[in-house]
Amino acid sequence: MTPVHTIVAKELRSVFVSPVVYVIAAIFLAIVGLLAYSAAANASNQAIRLMQIQNTYAQLNLNDMLFRPLFRSMNLILMIILPLLTMRLFAEERKLRTFELLLTSPIGVNEIVSGKFMSVIIVYSGLLSLTGLIPVTLSAYATFDWRPIYLGYVALFLQGALLISIGLFASALTENQIIAAFLSFGCILGLWMLGAVGGIIGDTTVGYILSYLSFSEHYERLIRGLLNLKDILYYASGIAFMWFAAHQAVDAYRWK
Amino acid sequence: MIDVQHVTKRYGNAMALNDISFSINKGEIVAFLGPNGAGKTTTMRILTGFMPPTLGTVRIAGFDCLETPWEVKKHIGYLPETPPLYLELTVTEYLTFVGRIKRLSEDQLTERMDTIITQTGLTDVRGRVIGHLSRGYRQRVGLAQALLHNPPVLILDEPTTGLDPNQIIEIRELIKSLSGSHTIILSTHLLAEATAICQRVIIIHRGQIVAVDTPEQLGAKLRESETLSLTVKQSDPDLLEALHHIPGVIRVSQGATPHTYLLDTQMGHDIREELTQLVVSRNVGLLELKTQPLTLEDAFKVLTQTKTPSGSSISMSGGPY
Repeated sequence: MTPVHTIVAKELRSVFVSPVVYVIAAIFLAIVGLLAYSAAANASNQAIRLMQIQNTYAQLNLNDMLFRPLFRSMNLILMIILPLLTMRLFAEERKLRTFELLLTSPIGVNEIVSGKFMSVIIVYSGLLSLTGLIPVTLSAYATFDWRPIYLGYVALFLQGALLISIGLFASALTENQIIAAFLSFGCILGLWMLGAVGGIIGDTTVGYILSYLSFSEHYERLIRGLLNLKDILYYASGIAFMWFAAHQAVDAYRWK
Repeated sequence: MIDVQHVTKRYGNAMALNDISFSINKGEIVAFLGPNGAGKTTTMRILTGFMPPTLGTVRIAGFDCLETPWEVKKHIGYLPETPPLYLELTVTEYLTFVGRIKRLSEDQLTERMDTIITQTGLTDVRGRVIGHLSRGYRQRVGLAQALLHNPPVLILDEPTTGLDPNQIIEIRELIKSLSGSHTIILSTHLLAEATAICQRVIIIHRGQIVAVDTPEQLGAKLRESETLSLTVKQSDPDLLEALHHIPGVIRVSQGATPHTYLLDTQMGHDIREELTQLVVSRNVGLLELKTQPLTLEDAFKVLTQTKTPSGSSISMSGGPY
C-alpha cells in the first residue's frame, strides 16, 4: 500500500463509521429524488395538456424539461452539503492532535492532502452514481438524448471536485469544523456570486473575467451538452489551485 | 544520538527557546524537567521535525532535522502530550494505519504489531474502539504508536500525565525496560518522576537550560539546605533574633502569617530538638513545626542561585554542559 492508499483507506473507514455521511446521503438522495419526481410529473402533465389542446401526440424534450433543471438544482444542493463532507478533513486532525502524528511520520504533505481529497471524491462519486438511477429508470418510460446526460454527470463530477477542493482548503485553515464548513460555504457562495455580477456587468472585459472565474457559466455549458476544452480547463485549474492552497495551509501549520 | 546546537525558537516576539544546546548518547534516558510553559514541548516538537527552529541545528542519529527530515522521522517515535488517536478506529486498525504511514512492510507490520501489543499490555483491548478505552489504555496505545516502527529514538511528552498511580508505575516500568536499546527523551514537570527513571536530567526554565546533571547529583545539590516552617501562638519580638542563634540555621524569614517563621538550615544539622526547647522555654506556644517539601520552584531557586564547589554543570546560558 502506498501512503496515499493508506490515507484514503483510513479516511473512508472514519467516514463510514460516523453517521454524518449517511444523513448527508439520505438528505441529498431524498431531495434529488423528489425534484426528479416533480419534474417528471410536471412534464407528463404538460404532455397530457398539449395532447388535449392539439389533439396530437406531443413529444416533449425531457432533456430541457427535466434533466437540465435537475442538474441545476443538484448543483445548489451540492453547494450546501459538500462543505459538510469536507469540514472534518483537517479540522478534526488538528483538534484531536493527530496532525502531529501525520506530520512527524515519513510521509509527504502532498500525500496527506491527496489522500484526503481522494477519499471525499470517492464518497461523492458513490453518492453521484446512486442518482444515476433516475435517468436509468426514466429511460424505461421515455426517450431522451443520453449525450447531455453523460456530460451532465461529467459536469456534476467536476463541479463536486471543485467544491471539495475548496472545502479541503477551508478545513486546513482551522481546527473548528463548523468554521471550516462556513468558510468553504462562503467561498463557494462568493464564487457563485461572481458569475451573477459578471452577468449583470455584461459584455465588458471585467464582466467577462468575472463570469469566467465563476463556475456558473462553465457548469451551464456542460449540462447543455456542450463539451468545451476551456470549461474542462477551468475545473482542472481550479481544483489544482485549491489543492495547492490546501497544501500550503497544511505546511504553514507547522511554522506557527 | 541526539545533538542540539544553539537552538532558538521564537513565536512572533515571544521567545520560547533561547540558545539551547545539549547532546544525548545512545541508550540514555534523559528527562526534560520544567514547569508548564518552560519550553519542553517546543523542544520536543523541534526534535521530531514537526516544527523548525528559528536558529540552530538539530541532528538525530547523524541526520539534520531540516535537511533530511525524512530520515529523522524514520528514526523517531513520538508521543505528543495528547496521544494522537483516531477515536473511531479499533486498536489494531489504528496501529495498522500507523505502521503503514511509518513505512513498515506488511510482514514487518504483522510481526511488530504482536510484539508491541504484548509489550504495552494491550492484548485484552486490541479489538476495541479507541474512543471507548480509558485514559490509561489510550496512553498505552499512544506509546504503542510511538514504539511500533522500533525507532532508535523515542520522544515522549509527559507520558504519565493524567494517569492513576498504578498506571504511572506501569508506564514508568515500561519506559525503563526500553532503555539501552532505545535513546529516550521524556518531559515531565515532576521532580520525582525525573529522578525515578532517568539517567540524566535537563532542567529547563523560561526557554533556557538551567542545569544538566544526574538525578543523584541533582538530589545532593537540592538537599544542601532544608527549610523548616515554625508556627507559634503568640508573637515575641525577640524570637526572630533567638532563632538566628541556633547553630545550623542559615537564614530566618517571616512566613505567610506574622506567627510563622521559615528557617533555612544546613544539611545534616537537625535543629528540631533545640528549636522546640527554645520555643517552649520562651512560652510562646508551639503550634506547628514541619519540614517544607522541596517543590520544583524551590529546586529552580536552589539550582539557579547556588554554585556548588564542584561547579560541575550549572550554567545559566544553557551552553554545553
